[in-house]
Amino acid sequence: MSEIKLERIDDNRLLLPQTGGMMVPGIIYANEKIHQLLKNDESTKQVANVAHLPGIVSYSLAMPDVHWGYGFPIGGVAAFDLEGGIVSPGGVGYDINCGCRLLATNLTLADIGDRLDNLTTALYQQIPSGVGSTGAVKLSGKDQKKVLEDGALWAVKAGFGTMADLETTEDEGVMTGADPEQISARALERGKQQLGTLGSGNHFLEIEVVEEIFDEKAARIFGLHKGQINIMIHSGSRGLGYQICDDYLALMVKHAQKTGIDLPDRQLACSYIDSQRGRNYLAAMACGANYAWANRQVLMHLTQAVLEKSLHLSPRELGMRLVYDVCHNIAKIETFNLQGKMKKLCVHRKGATRAFPAGHSAVPVKYQSVGQPVLIPGDMGSGSYVLVAQQKAMQETFGSACHGAGRVMSRTQAIKVSQGRSISRELANQGVIVMASSKGTLREEIPEAYKNVDDVVQVMHDSGIATKVAKLKPLACIKG
Amino acid sequence: MKKYKLLDHTADIRIEVSGKTRKDLFGNTVMAMFDLMIDMSGEDKIKGPDEKTLKVTGADLEDTLINFLREALYLFNGQRWLIRHCEPLELTGKSIIVRLKGEQYNRQKNILKTEIKAVTYHGLSINKSSKSWRAKVVFDV
Repeated sequence: MSEIKLERIDDNRLLLPQTGGMMVPGIIYANEKIHQLLKNDESTKQVANVAHLPGIVSYSLAMPDVHWGYGFPIGGVAAFDLEGGIVSPGGVGYDINCGCRLLATNLTLADIGDRLDNLTTALYQQIPSGVGSTGAVKLSGKDQKKVLEDGALWAVKAGFGTMADLETTEDEGVMTGADPEQISARALERGKQQLGTLGSGNHFLEIEVVEEIFDEKAARIFGLHKGQINIMIHSGSRGLGYQICDDYLALMVKHAQKTGIDLPDRQLACSYIDSQRGRNYLAAMACGANYAWANRQVLMHLTQAVLEKSLHLSPRELGMRLVYDVCHNIAKIETFNLQGKMKKLCVHRKGATRAFPAGHSAVPVKYQSVGQPVLIPGDMGSGSYVLVAQQKAMQETFGSACHGAGRVMSRTQAIKVSQGRSISRELANQGVIVMASSKGTLREEIPEAYKNVDDVVQVMHDSGIATKVAKLKPLACIKG
Repeated sequence: MKKYKLLDHTADIRIEVSGKTRKDLFGNTVMAMFDLMIDMSGEDKIKGPDEKTLKVTGADLEDTLINFLREALYLFNGQRWLIRHCEPLELTGKSIIVRLKGEQYNRQKNILKTEIKAVTYHGLSINKSSKSWRAKVVFDV
């Protein structure tokens, strides 16, 4: 489909030369295997489209999990100068602060034994998931405002988890500058019912076992060891985040002519960072980000309660602790070294994880010597990776890495190829119990609909952006 | 006969809708969106339908379509109101007025197939061929 010529820079990178209205070239992290997959969709064109936006710095980047999104490609990273640069709701995505949270436990496979089935059922029944699910937490107007301003801190103060959880959450679970006045009544309404819910589509909760350790030192510091049972949660800001994105996208399209920015795709609608509308969006987006952090904090607490009850364990015996919580749909103001000068930039990560190395002030104190954990969930069958960010990420990718495996197959194709198959039985044969509120979701999310997560992660590892620490194998997965 | 078909898109749902007139096209597109979300087979009678009149504006025809679909989606995602019938009353290049018939969503009765989370501008087109109007829209799911 894509006719854009890419030039190979090295084994893991492709150059998308600057042509036409592009302000900068593009760089796609891909080995030859991933390069071949790029030819099947429009993501390369999307990397080029992003390069048209005013104030973009250095390169329009794509991580190896890149695939066709709308507006920005999924797996896209772009940094904009605060002066003359833009912020784009579509470059953040609808699900503001969609992200992953990895919970470690003291348990091993033997501790769960034959109780995995019951445990999965209990998690499925007690963690709200699926289309339009509503949560156990009902928010008053006043509480909701605090959620939007304080994020995960609100959740901890309300009794969901401990202060220690915040230490290992990106930005300590709160984005500053949130202003609830900047979000619509509709967004508030949608947010009221959904705190503490997983959602649908590719969101999940997974019980995983650490299968392999690649980096002993980093694994020890992250508190991971072979055979350990962990939980991975993937969720975001639910309807509230969607409504914020939608409201601002509509507003920016409406005023597109006034800003004079020539857009190759309306979904890229944006405002200058240094404009009232741009500032309002960032204040609204921060509300969405905080809601998502509170949501994952509540989900963690619900998960802990289910595990303790189902396995008859005390909190001390279970030993659940937060390894890390990363956000992978966001725009952030961060400082980078640009040709010897420290410069503040607005970094958009649309389906990309922040990856800050050892010594960076934003990395939790206890991970300072190794760097920030980067959490990469794979498909339902193949499991997840924990990587550790390296210095090279600061030089090449504005401190960013991939966020998952990335789809290769459309949902309709996935439904077609899974016709007549029992996906839950196939996964059960591989040793993965799957429960989903919709059979359609399972078929859309079949493992072969995704790139091989091993290939994607290998590109990050070989390019030195983020290196492998551990691989986790799924045992049970709950889907919306 | 179905008035829309699915086109390939890696992460989301992309459809092509047709209609004899522009008004038909707008009506068929909103009904296609609801058909993707909810299984309404075996249910042709609406019990005590509600009616709503909706007026939506946009910068041009394309933007009007997206804003119209957005409003319709909010009726479901925000208010749990299902559109079962859409009659476009008036359409200009920058606005539409429709009369909608629908009902409150009922978890027991209406089976949700897919959660459409948003209507996007990506790859949007509205074209007239010799006999009909066609639109392509991508939904975020």
